[in-house]
Amino acid sequence: MAARVKADDRAALGWRVAAAVPDPEIPCVTVEDLGILRSVEMEGDAVVARLTPTYAGCPAVLAIELAVETAIREAGFDVRVERVLSPAWSTDWITEEGREKLRAFGITPPAEKRSDNAFFTEIVVACPRCASEKTEKLAAFGSTPCKAHYRCLACAEPFDYFKCL
Amino acid sequence: MATDLTQSAEVQVSDLLAAVIALADDHLILGHRLSEWCGHAPMLEEDLALPNMALDMLGQARALYSYAAELEGRGRTEDDIAYLRTDREYRNCLLVERPNGDFAHTMLRQFYFAAFMQPYWQAMTESSDATLSAIAAKAVKEIAYHVRHAGEWVIRLGDGTEESAKRMQAAVDALHPYTDELVADEDVDFAVVPNRAGMRARWEATVGHVFREARLAVPDVAFPLSGGREGRHGEEFGYLLAELQYMQRTYPGLTW
Repeated sequence: MAARVKADDRAALGWRVAAAVPDPEIPCVTVEDLGILRSVEMEGDAVVARLTPTYAGCPAVLAIELAVETAIREAGFDVRVERVLSPAWSTDWITEEGREKLRAFGITPPAEKRSDNAFFTEIVVACPRCASEKTEKLAAFGSTPCKAHYRCLACAEPFDYFKCL
Repeated sequence: MATDLTQSAEVQVSDLLAAVIALADDHLILGHRLSEWCGHAPMLEEDLALPNMALDMLGQARALYSYAAELEGRGRTEDDIAYLRTDREYRNCLLVERPNGDFAHTMLRQFYFAAFMQPYWQAMTESSDATLSAIAAKAVKEIAYHVRHAGEWVIRLGDGTEESAKRMQAAVDALHPYTDELVADEDVDFAVVPNRAGMRARWEATVGHVFREARLAVPDVAFPLSGGREGRHGEEFGYLLAELQYMQRTYPGLTW
């Protein structure tokens, strides 16, 4: 019984350490905020952390896995990081706190979903600085696979929009 | 997982492996073609968009190669399959290896492919194979951006200036003969891998809609061009592979 409690404590500590790792490209949010840290469990003496990629080809995937592995090891654990694909990550996994952190950082969090192929239709993306909805899309593909580039027509601020996936 | 499949669904692993490799090859080769635009696109926004789409495709290819290596169970890695085969061993359809040509050719090729992959990935999310349905669930979200982006360019150029319309129609005339192979069926279990021919009607509907908006005519194709699925590729494919494989051929086993 005592050993079991201890294992749970260690898993909880492992989660706290892993959860605090920031995204390398959007350092204002952690892997927990983004919803890509799926589980942290003890297997024997080792901590097993399971992560899921945001975009299939996101170059940050390896960097994130390495950062989580390093953080857990530095906390004194044996560690293994596994990649899981299912259930597929979508922007719905970003936590409410994560969305607010993105906005404060100057990135508008994901807005509405579109499932059809309506060409040349634009969604409403509010400016993260002044909240105006008078904005225009500059580029559908931005500085990272997950972002598009916009400009606010009210306060003239250029900003990133975290695309809805 | 390979063992479970053969026992439960009586799927021939060799057929499944062939279908997974063909799908991975389509994505690797078209992703490579898109990456050739990096630093050369007609404007900065497209210089970001094309490698972004290339990254999605490489990510999808990687997941598929990694699964192929597991299915095969002969100790090859995803990199061995991607980088160390000869041209005859690649099973991509001819459409994806066509040279970039002008921007109209590149965007039309992307649109043809994405308009097909959208219903294909959607169907694959229902696959009885857990790995393939997980890969598809990610890809189906990403492909929607590709259909919209490429489709908008086909419309913009087709219904644009006299010059852009002429170039886009020339791209249609050049590439349409290659689309038959994209939607041609494979000899596999359709509970695991979607029936390609079954996607044809949806593909034609998407293409028809965009072509009407773009004022483009669908040409009559007397002789559809195919061969890639059997390993018979065009001359340009050799040059593509030479660049793609250069590092591993020159410095075998090199790692970052």
